[in-house]
Parts: sequence; C-alpha cells; structure tokens
Amino acid sequence: MSTLSKATPLALDPANGSPRRRKTASLAKTRLTNRWATLAALVIAALWTIPTIGLLVSSFRPAQLVRTTGWWTIFENRGFTTQNYTDVLQAGNSQLTMAGSFLNSIAITLPATVIPLVLATLAAYAFAWMRFPGKDLIFVLVFALQIVPIQMALVPLLRLFAAGELFGFPVIGAFGQAGYAQVWIAHTIFALPLAIFLLHNFIAEIPNEIIEAARVDGASHGQIFFRIVLPLTAPAIAAFSIFQFLWVWNDLLVALIFADGPVAPITKLLAEITGTRGQDWHLLTAGAFLAIIVPLAVFFALQRYFVRGLLAGSAKG
Amino acid sequence: MTMFLLWLSTLPTLAQIPIVIGVFLAVVALLLFLIELAPRRGRKYTIIRAAACVVFPLAMVAILDSYTWAIIAAGFLGLLLFWFDLRSRHGTGYVFALFGFLSPALILLAAGLVIPTIQTTIASFMNSRGTEFVGLENFAWIFTQPSGVRTVLNTVMWVLIAPAVSTIAGLAYAVFIDKSRGEKFFKVLVFMPMAISFVGASIIWRFIYTDRPANAEQIGLLNQLIVWAGGEPIRFLQNEPLNTVALIVVLIWVQTGFAMVLLSAAIKAVPIEQLEAAELDGASAWQRFANVTLPGIRSTLVVVLTTISIASLKVFDIVRTMTAGANDTSVIANEMYTQFRNFEAGRSAAFAVILFVMVMPIVIYNARQIKMQRELR
Repeated sequence: MSTLSKATPLALDPANGSPRRRKTASLAKTRLTNRWATLAALVIAALWTIPTIGLLVSSFRPAQLVRTTGWWTIFENRGFTTQNYTDVLQAGNSQLTMAGSFLNSIAITLPATVIPLVLATLAAYAFAWMRFPGKDLIFVLVFALQIVPIQMALVPLLRLFAAGELFGFPVIGAFGQAGYAQVWIAHTIFALPLAIFLLHNFIAEIPNEIIEAARVDGASHGQIFFRIVLPLTAPAIAAFSIFQFLWVWNDLLVALIFADGPVAPITKLLAEITGTRGQDWHLLTAGAFLAIIVPLAVFFALQRYFVRGLLAGSAKG
Repeated sequence: MTMFLLWLSTLPTLAQIPIVIGVFLAVVALLLFLIELAPRRGRKYTIIRAAACVVFPLAMVAILDSYTWAIIAAGFLGLLLFWFDLRSRHGTGYVFALFGFLSPALILLAAGLVIPTIQTTIASFMNSRGTEFVGLENFAWIFTQPSGVRTVLNTVMWVLIAPAVSTIAGLAYAVFIDKSRGEKFFKVLVFMPMAISFVGASIIWRFIYTDRPANAEQIGLLNQLIVWAGGEPIRFLQNEPLNTVALIVVLIWVQTGFAMVLLSAAIKAVPIEQLEAAELDGASAWQRFANVTLPGIRSTLVVVLTTISIASLKVFDIVRTMTAGANDTSVIANEMYTQFRNFEAGRSAAFAVILFVMVMPIVIYNARQIKMQRELR
C-alpha cells in the first residue's frame, strides 16, 4: 500500500522524481481540499467499493437468502455458509467443472507468461545492442504491430493450428487437438509486440560504457545477455510478467477461440454459466469471487510491480 | 511436435506446466549455448556452427511435422545463414547470434500476426466460406442492416462516453484526495477494479442491476434504491438505450482507477512554485487548478483519454458476459465473434477490419503522445 503513489509507470513516467517537486507546502492544504471535495471523494470511494463488497457478502450467504433478500439486509437475515463455493466448484458443463477450469487457468497462464517473456527479452536484446541492416525498419514494424487488434488474427491463426496451412500451403503439422498448446502459442504471439517494445526501451537504457567495457573484456553476446542485461532489467521483466499474467488470467476472447471444451479457463466457464444459470446468484457470486481472487492476491502482494505493469500495458489487446 | 503436444495433453493438468516450461527453457538454453560457442575460432567450432546452422532449422521444422519441401527450404536457409555468418563484418558467429536472438520472436510474429492480418483483410472481401470474391458486399451488409448500423453506433457511443467519464471521475478523485490523509488507501479502493477481469466485473454489476417484480423484495442494489425512492424497478439490461449505458458503466468502473493513478502522478509533478506564484497573484483554488494544474497535466490527460478510447473500441468481454449483444447492445468486437460462431467468415472478417480501421488512428496518436512525453522527460 505504501508504494502505490510512488510507483512510476513503466512506459509513461510523468516525471515525479525530483525532490524539489515533492516538497509539500502549506499551500497544499488550501487547494481544492475542502469539505465538499472530501465528501465527493468519499462518495466515489463508496461507489467503487460497494459492488465488490456486495459480491463478497452474497457469496457467503445461503442460497435461499440470496434469492429472496438483498445482501444489505445481512444483519436482519443472518446466515453464513461456504456451501456456495462447494456447489460452484462442481458446477459447469458436461465436459468441465469450475474446479477443473480453475486448474486450466493456472495451466494456461503460467506457460503463456514465461514463453513470451523469454522470447521477447532475447529479441529486445538484439534490437538494442546488435547491429544489422534494416534494424530500425524491422523494429518499427514490430512496434506497429501493436495497432493490429487481436481480432484481426484470431480466425486465421485458428485455421493455421487446425489445418497447418498458410495461404493453402501445408506448413506445419496440425495440433489443434493438443490441449493447451494453441492457447499458449496464441497468447505468446499476441504478447510479443508490446513485450519486445517495452523491454527494448529498458535494455537500450543500459549505459553504453557498461556494455562496451564487457566487450573489451572479451565477453560474447551470450555472456553480456546473461551477466549484464538480465540482472539490470529484472524489475522491468518482473513488471511486465505480472501484467502478462493478469492479462492472460483475465482474458476471455482468446480463450473463447482457442481453449474449447475440457481446456477452458475459469473466465470462459464463468461467462458460460452467466448465460445458462443467470439467476443462480449464490453460484455466480461465489464463482466470480473464485475467478477474481487470484488477480486480487497478486494485486495486494505485488502492488508496486502491478501498477507499473498495468500502466505500461494498458493499451494492449 | 504434434506428437509431443498430443502426449503432453494426456497428462494431468498441473503436470503439464513444469514439463512445457522446462522443455521450452531447455531449447532456449541450447540456443544460447550455441550462440556462446559461435564466435570461437578453430575447425572444431566451425564444424559445430555449420552443423547447428543446418540442423537447428531442420530440427525445428521437422518437429513441427512439416512437409518435405519446407524441411528442404529450412536446410537451404541454414546453409545460407552459415555462409553469411562466415563473411560477416562483425566476425564469424555474429550473424549466427543475431539469428538466435531474433528469429524465434520474428517468425512467430510473421506467422501469427502479419500473415493472419493479411488473410483477414482478404477474407473480408470474400463470401462466407472464403471461396468467392464478393467485393464490398460484407461491408455493405453491415451498413445496411439496422442491427449492423446499431452495432457500429453502439461502439461509437462507448468511445464517446467511457473515456470522458472515467477520465473526469479519475481526475476529480485524484484532485480531491491529493495530499489528504489516507491518500494511498483511497487510491487502492478505486484502483482495485483494474485487477478484476471484465468477466468478474460484469457479474458484479449484473448483480447490482438485477431486478425483481415490483411487488417482490429487490435483491439488486440499484433497483432497491429506486424502490426506496418510490420508483418502479427498472430492467437495466433489457430496456434500450439504457442497457448500453449500463454496460458502459462497468468499463468506467474498471478504468477510472487507471486514469486516477496516472493523473495523480502527473498532478504531483506540477511545479509547486507555479502554484505558489499563482496564489500570490490572488488566484482562487479553482483558477489555480484550471490555469496551472490542467495545462501541466495536459499530455497525461491525452494519454489517458486515448488509452481508454482504445479499450472502449475493443470492448468485448463485458458485452459478451452481460447481454451477449441481446436487446441492441452489441458492439463491433462482439459481433465479430458472433458472426464467426455463425460460420459467416466474411462478415466476421469485415467487422474485424472495421475495428482495425477505427482503432488505428487512435493508437498511432497515443503512441506519439507517449513518445513525446518521454522525450520531454
């Protein structure tokens, strides 16, 4: 909590560094901070918190009470149960339960975070510290790929995985049936443009003297990458991996296209249950809480990195 | 690789994670090891390098279960790479290292983003099965159908409302709590929804909106408030155009925290001297805000507005989860998916292209603003 206001966004740092500017003068107290401003702030804070509290409270109320009374009457209509969670873990469709989809989310998210991060770091290093003809052009092209909404790529990519063909030419063996593979690869591809771009910015900021000194000492690119670049950019990599983790965990669109049937993540199953059992609020509230507990835990545990990563990648998708 | 992936998919869910990550890291380690060996002199290393140049692409293509011609092409490219590497200006091994670092990402991007984008663009001019060229028919269909026009208009409505409201709310909140006691705590409250998935947020708000008949006890908070105020319960997700507004509220709820954190940092960066000078000149609190703070945070404001605009244009999860586009609430991204599910590949692609065209200028402007901001720093 203590780091939130200090967190400087990864990509867009609105200069809050210098101590001179940090000086809190007496002036501050006489600015807009008056009674009405405080009241308005409290109203906004309440508006932004109450919906989540309502969800949390309802998920622990007995189904009968959830159906007939509002959660704000909790003190008149007392009742506490964890039955909703037991029930929702067993709920689902013919192929998958909610518990299974929770595991699927983990199985999709971890590889889909590690793989793009490693590949992007490798590429970002080459763009930052190696010389080759057409470097700037290729880098701008990679950067420009961020403007392509993933909707443009979804369907052709699905065909590539299912049939192994590009423009009708067979290229690779089809692996559309192979479990999580296509979700991993799809998430990897969609993460790359932004990851390469952001990590490049950080890797390029390493002072030239450090890299040159290592080269003079006879270090190869492999050694420079491992001994210098990786340790120095670890915070940026951590920030982006948290962003990528949350993005994949919270994603619905990619999951709908690439993770069908028994490998669907929790977001997909939850959206499905919302459609089929839209009035079973005791199940929906418990299910939704189950789906948001992991991101919230990450949020409270790693807030500093979280804010950086989220701000840096906010335009993704 | 198909064999490996198929075998992998038969394992228990949690066992797959360490295996796939382990195998992936092992391949990357091998690649880095070869990069490490590449610049060394001597016949032994030349042979290793030549072998790696040819064997690595061959193996990669072979484990992808490619076809003979692709394997031959990969081997040929490998030889070419070896030859270029020998003649490299930066010494042997340089081109080899370059390829090792770059090619995995670039190949994935080319195959997974560049080519699909071209294919989707082509598909938008083809019929539903992609067999026949139909010109602009898909686009004409979208803009002549009442529901298609409605979809585009809804998306425009999202872009007009969501960024403005969340930016204003975020800015107001950031100003109100600035330098107050418990500022960090207040920030966490509003920023927290950013961690929640759109699906989760949609369920949270569906619960707020849910309605019961007028004579029954309400379980949705909003309708309860209306009933307490003496009104009739409203069916928020069924009555249009109110339902689209109800959906937009969810995005605003999520994005305000983003706006608030960014703008708060920008407000703190406004030089205190300028504010003091303005106060000495007798400017009121509001005048100081309008004439000193606002110009000082202008570029951040633009970044926030454009970023949320992009998110609003692409919004999908909220609409999908809350209404699935029923009752005239559909947006372009949702319709793209719906048409895909209905096996209307051409129309689906046309929606994707429209989205692309709408997003493009905003993303370019956004990127330029972020770049400018960084240069100023």
